[in-house]
Amino acid sequence: MSKSIYQQFKNARAGARPTASAYIAELFDKRIDLHGDRRFADDAAIIGGIGYLGGIPTTYIGIEKGTDLQSRMDHNFGCPKPEGYRKALRLMKQAEKFHRPVVCFVDTMGAFCGVDAEERGQGEAIAENLVEMMGLRTPVISVIIGEGGSGGALGLAVADRVYMLENAVYSVIAPEGCANILWKDAQRVEEACEALHITAKDMKAFQVAETIIPEDFVHFDMMCENLKRTLVEDICHLSSMRKYDLLENRYHRYRAFGVYREE
Amino acid sequence: MDKLIHKVKEALHFDTKKDERLICKHCEADLSKKSLMKHHMICTECGSYFRIAPRDRIKLICDDGTFKEMFSAIESKNFLDFPKYDQKLAQAKEQTNEKEAVLCGRAKIGNVPACIFVMDSRFIMASMGSAVGEKITRLFEYATKQKLPVVGFCCSGGARMQESILSLMQMAKVSGAVQRHGQEGNLYLPVLTDPTTGGVTASFAMQGDIILAEPKALVGFAGKRVIQQTANAAFPDHFQTAEFLLEHGFLDAIVERENMKETITLLCAQHRKAGRTA
Repeated sequence: MSKSIYQQFKNARAGARPTASAYIAELFDKRIDLHGDRRFADDAAIIGGIGYLGGIPTTYIGIEKGTDLQSRMDHNFGCPKPEGYRKALRLMKQAEKFHRPVVCFVDTMGAFCGVDAEERGQGEAIAENLVEMMGLRTPVISVIIGEGGSGGALGLAVADRVYMLENAVYSVIAPEGCANILWKDAQRVEEACEALHITAKDMKAFQVAETIIPEDFVHFDMMCENLKRTLVEDICHLSSMRKYDLLENRYHRYRAFGVYREE
Repeated sequence: MDKLIHKVKEALHFDTKKDERLICKHCEADLSKKSLMKHHMICTECGSYFRIAPRDRIKLICDDGTFKEMFSAIESKNFLDFPKYDQKLAQAKEQTNEKEAVLCGRAKIGNVPACIFVMDSRFIMASMGSAVGEKITRLFEYATKQKLPVVGFCCSGGARMQESILSLMQMAKVSGAVQRHGQEGNLYLPVLTDPTTGGVTASFAMQGDIILAEPKALVGFAGKRVIQQTANAAFPDHFQTAEFLLEHGFLDAIVERENMKETITLLCAQHRKAGRTA
């Protein structure tokens, strides 16, 4: 059992999986990519823009890991810096202004851990996204397509609906880090994977994700066709709701999380 | 009557710790807790700051006898059978005499009514699991209804991994409550204390209208060791300290302990709302 979860974790991180740009290219027509956070830089780990999703003008935002060594380096291995989260927020606020829905594609080991990221407020950037996304007056759907690495993933995953790809994972901490803290041994990552409950099925059970998206990378176009249908259906439903209800439901979606004792 | 019982309880709590001695980590001076409390838990020998337990913090910040604890019945549960979590919780409870890593309530600060939460670094490094998230969320919801400011003494090692993804979700849950509290024009005043890191930095610690910190407090997102592994860069001077954050524009002010109560009082008074219901 533990081996299969570990295998799933390794697969979720593996370079062979389609990255955000592949989904975006397949799902959205007549796209235009948009760049920059208007404050400091354009973070290549976050891609975004506007395109038509089944005829609906939609803002797409994705964490891009890159596909070969060069592009992985160019995209900082899908580890966004503060300017990446701020760019994403800028595009979300823009979507809100023009009444467009937002679809986020999440695939990251985590937010970038570096001196420059700390200097520019990595924590503040994610914190700001959480608050703003809670109040964003337009539908948001987040799709975890590979790895949902902790706060770095959550910064793009405060949403009305969360989908998980069948073999994607979502975790509060990198399993290696967990193994290190628990047993002072990063090698015990298999056990950590099991203890952490990181699979799409787990997320469905926790109600962290509503929908599991079946994977078929051999017939990627057909897989995306199905994903598109699900997205359009949900977006139509969410768009028809009054803004008050949309935000009320989003609030309670997160308000309900937690298991504790109270006596 | 309730007030009286409360006062007696408080006095008893204080008395049991009457003779406690504390050693300064910096100069190794051996000091009595009682005299330290008179000096805001600042070492009388070298001036360095001791970490402050929540109930002591309340004594230093809130007006005498005004603190009413809330949501004290909420505590963590090892719902995933996570390895060693039960022992961790039991140990933390025994060491702190508290049920959870955050203390919440309402009080008067300089005669201004406010809600206050104080995180407890002695309790599994004040990590945030479901119970911590729930208590802070309820406090913000209560403060929104009562039109009260929230003063939050933050410190944390981050999200509590023993509760898996539900700990991560607490970041979003609290953020929702902060958003609604702010939407209604209420003041949220986090005070960052040593150490504030990880998921707490990446959520409610950084969501204040005005963000204060204690001098030299460690404040950051990623741990230094992780940063070292990712990029072998040298750390700049004062990296991830309150002073570093102030310099980079992420704090409003660093406030010494001697002036903390006065500063919070002033800010709460400046933001006092008409039409408050309590």
